Amino acid sequence: MKFWYFSETAYPYLPPEDTYPSIRVTLPNLNYDPQAGASLYDRYLDEWLIAESEGLNLMLNEHHQTATCVDPAAPVMMGALARLTKRARLLILGNPISNRRDPVRVAEEMALIDVLSHGRLEVGFVRGVPYELAAANSNPVRSNERHWEALELIIKTWTHHAGPFVHEGRFFHHRNINIWPRPYQQPHPPVWVSATSPSGSARVGASGFVQATFLTGYHGTPGVFESYRRGWRSAGRAGDPPLDRLAYAPLVYTSDSARSARLGAEKLLWYLKANKVPEYYRNPPGYLPVEMGVRIMRGAAPQLATSMKNFGVDDAIKSGIMFAGTPDEVHDQVVKFYDHVGGFGHMLMMGQAGFLDHEETTHGIREFAREVIPRLSETLRDRAPQRSAA
Amino acid sequence: MQRDEIEIAGLAVEYFAAGSGRPLLFLHDELGLWPEASFLNSLCRRRRVVALSLPGFGQSDLPLWMDCVDDLSYVALGLLDRLGLSAVDVIGCSLGGWVAAELTSKAPERVKRLVLAAPYGVKLGAPDRLEFPDLFAMSKAELAERSFHNVSSAEINGAELSDADLTKLVRNRESFALFAWEPYLHNPKLSRRLDRANAPTLFIRGASDGIVSAEYVAGYAALFSDAAVTEVPAAGHFVHLEQPEAFITQSLGFLDLT
Repeated sequence: MKFWYFSETAYPYLPPEDTYPSIRVTLPNLNYDPQAGASLYDRYLDEWLIAESEGLNLMLNEHHQTATCVDPAAPVMMGALARLTKRARLLILGNPISNRRDPVRVAEEMALIDVLSHGRLEVGFVRGVPYELAAANSNPVRSNERHWEALELIIKTWTHHAGPFVHEGRFFHHRNINIWPRPYQQPHPPVWVSATSPSGSARVGASGFVQATFLTGYHGTPGVFESYRRGWRSAGRAGDPPLDRLAYAPLVYTSDSARSARLGAEKLLWYLKANKVPEYYRNPPGYLPVEMGVRIMRGAAPQLATSMKNFGVDDAIKSGIMFAGTPDEVHDQVVKFYDHVGGFGHMLMMGQAGFLDHEETTHGIREFAREVIPRLSETLRDRAPQRSAA
Repeated sequence: MQRDEIEIAGLAVEYFAAGSGRPLLFLHDELGLWPEASFLNSLCRRRRVVALSLPGFGQSDLPLWMDCVDDLSYVALGLLDRLGLSAVDVIGCSLGGWVAAELTSKAPERVKRLVLAAPYGVKLGAPDRLEFPDLFAMSKAELAERSFHNVSSAEINGAELSDADLTKLVRNRESFALFAWEPYLHNPKLSRRLDRANAPTLFIRGASDGIVSAEYVAGYAALFSDAAVTEVPAAGHFVHLEQPEAFITQSLGFLDLT
């Protein structure tokens, strides 16, 4: 199992929630104090470096027009980390390529960071959460088609070395593709794709890229992983995918004291509670398949259910979106989840959110790294996942 | 109305036809074509009405290559070609009005007289102001308020509709988003092309239309060489749905003037 640390570098100093309709897209940036923001970046970057010193790999993501994640340019932040770090693997998860107008530029950015970091970059691509569409002015319809054309073009751009090539596709046109630098890693950095639904993950499985799923818990994760496995086999491969093809991202907080573990976990839940988004940004027409839209109109809850917003720590742990407590408790929670979903090879732990301060955050990182990882690695070594009855 | 299917430009297009008399092409709004609508029945009593489901709506295909209203206008023209209709009266509502405007700028000889009800399609104003409120950034309640004079007309109870109808509704909404998204509900070129339009044209707008303003309609009409504007009281954005009788009186009254 490989462990990755991330936070969404949020800006939590906001007016009361009932004074604005949405934290995403429309909350005026007058509410952002750049000096406070600069201090936050200093702190968040320090925490990534502490995670590296504790032996963790690092991950970051990208969101736009939101206080929940003040990183609208993952390549920029990763450029900083590429130079500040020395040994950790660096994962961007991910580039929202269906909302980027120029995939060749994305390929350049990634190649640049790969060389800057001397070959430690891992490149994730995401379709993006629905609220990103308004911020990017990106058409909700055909985001999957744009995503896959962009992804294939990026990989070709990374791996073509004989001089300019042409791409006149459905969504992107370029007559002279010939990026400098080319990637450090050969043939290219490892590719990850995130998806939270089975319909997305089958294609990822066929492609063989690493599949990450976020906060899908006990209920949603097995379906995503199973669909990946089917996709994997559908491409003609024998047997199951190796565990390093599957990644899970939970909220994680660990402390030697049960009480401070609980308090830390509660603070982490800001990530869910703060996400006030009106329906029209949560479910724009065309983002979900038509059949899903029909089910929602009949009363089914949409994918990123608003019910999570009201979760307490116990709900969050029970649902499998959070692992929190003392080291033993966290260890046991992870193993139970691991067995239930049939195993996975990467844990992407969100270890900071909201008002969890620097001391609390670093305590959580260190407790997990020093007290959970060694025991967990031992337990999971050569462990055939003991799947509970479906 | 009698349903039929035809292949145009490689895609399956569903269309409906009924009535007798002078031919009339009906281009539907973003809610889609619902052939049982009372205004359609009224139209069919006095005209030979042909109404297609635009690509992406109803049972009509939507190929990956198709992505703008200009594309849709070619399919409408293709249907006229295939049905041997050299020149027709056209009524276009909302999204369908935009299609009609594209069509008439492209092939003015195919349009005898034209009715545009609360059409989208042109950009008139400055870069820092939308012509219409952002329909994809408002609550369902606000959308209903802006769309209808009588807001209860807007209520759709998912439980009461069949799977087929609910699927049609959701797919229609998705297709509308595709065509509406960017540039937002307009073709930047269209205002430059309407000098070719020469059919006598009537713009109809509901007095309570909270999406398409009176100022916008006036500006749009000014792009046509022969256009008038009329307002229907107690109607919102979908005049044909909320005030079908007044809609018929105005539109057929105008179309029958030749």
